[in-house]
Amino acid sequence: MSPIPPLHRLVALVLAWLLPFAAGHTQTPTVAAASDLQFALQEVQALFVRDTGQQVQLVFGSSGNFYRQIVEGAPFELFLSADESFVNRLAEQGLTRDSGTVYAIGRLALFAPQGSPLQVDTELHGLRIALQRGEIRRFAIASPEHAPYGARAEEALRHAGLWESLQDALVLGENVSQAAQFAASGNAQGGIIAWSLAQAPTVSALGTSALLPEQWHSPLRQRMVLMKTASPGSEAFYAYLQQPTAQAIMARFGFALPTED
Amino acid sequence: MDWTALLLSLELSLWTMVILLPIGIWSGRRLAWTSVRGKSLLEALVALPLVLPPTVLGFYLLVAMGANSPFGRAWDALFGQQLTFSFAGLLIASVIFNLPFTIQPMQRAFEAIAPEVREAGRCCGMSPWQILLRIELPLAWPGILSALVLTFAHTLGEFGVVLMVGGSIPGETRTIAISIYDRVQAFDNQAAGVMSAVLLGISLAAISLSYLATARLQKRQSHA
Repeated sequence: MSPIPPLHRLVALVLAWLLPFAAGHTQTPTVAAASDLQFALQEVQALFVRDTGQQVQLVFGSSGNFYRQIVEGAPFELFLSADESFVNRLAEQGLTRDSGTVYAIGRLALFAPQGSPLQVDTELHGLRIALQRGEIRRFAIASPEHAPYGARAEEALRHAGLWESLQDALVLGENVSQAAQFAASGNAQGGIIAWSLAQAPTVSALGTSALLPEQWHSPLRQRMVLMKTASPGSEAFYAYLQQPTAQAIMARFGFALPTED
Repeated sequence: MDWTALLLSLELSLWTMVILLPIGIWSGRRLAWTSVRGKSLLEALVALPLVLPPTVLGFYLLVAMGANSPFGRAWDALFGQQLTFSFAGLLIASVIFNLPFTIQPMQRAFEAIAPEVREAGRCCGMSPWQILLRIELPLAWPGILSALVLTFAHTLGEFGVVLMVGGSIPGETRTIAISIYDRVQAFDNQAAGVMSAVLLGISLAAISLSYLATARLQKRQSHA
């Protein structure tokens, strides 16, 4: 019998390496989280791993996209939405274990990067002046279509009577974290982002921010819910998020904690 | 640096290559040597992913493979697994998206083989398999290599389709291109920079290899 040609051996080796991957990939529970939690939730996750020795994987994005993906069957076990409506709609479709719980109240911030002509203040006077002077060429918010922070930013800007005059300057992030990135990188002169992102050292080092009045938009009651497919690992994380340790971190990032529910 | 994402992308690229290699050789030969009616239409269909916006393909795949589609349901019944937002779904998308990158260079390579050479083999009493292995593949290998390299590099960098049908799940569908996008949004420019440099290096190496192989093929043709 002739020896196996080198090419065949190589193919066999490659196949041997590849085959185990085909079977299915991960066992660690995957958590879909609104991107305003980008920094806060990673701290909670680190403590969760330290305290319980269990692992979870975090994926950040816009709540609306996650909603669509979960309806399409995405394998997320826990969904931390930036508002209530998406969770309620999932619950109505019978995809969730129950109606979940409100874990935080989100707030909006006006953010201006270093060197921007925009002066930040809670009543958006500086934004109005900068707009009148034509100093705002680009202004970042999250997409109002599918990101709750984008929808609330639109409400706040309409309340302030600035929505129309900002139209030509608006750039829409796919989620609020991308909007923050647009503004913090100096590519936009300012933006309305999540207060929790503005509180993160990574972002606050890059500019100034001001908290917007909560009466200017409908509340961002951030609800989370376990899917029917949830494993014990994601149940543990869900419970951990309601513990004082996790809530202290959330509060440090500027989230108000739910009083009822 | 997201090593999981890089490994996942490498797996996806290798699997795409493994699946497309026989498909490419078979259809490359058929397209090179047969002149059937509607061949232009076939060639156009193969080339379509080159000009189609990735989001368009991603949208159709999302609809076609979705949990409520017949194909998605059949897959679920067979393998007990959702097709969208899974590695298998990404692989199917990747195979479709890479059809032109595999088939076209292979077709060119087989077209370059003179019919007399194959006929000579047949006259010597060689079986079709022997002709393929002893005559065609040794002559066409630069084109085949070039096709595989292009497919590999292209899969590594694919973004739009993956974004539509993937869902950025670590270790499952978060490829390196998606991970770069995620890292930028997470204000982690350092990791995004490292991963971009890695992709740049791999792509440059791949495209150089492909050009080398093509040059070799052309040299051979000019001698023939």
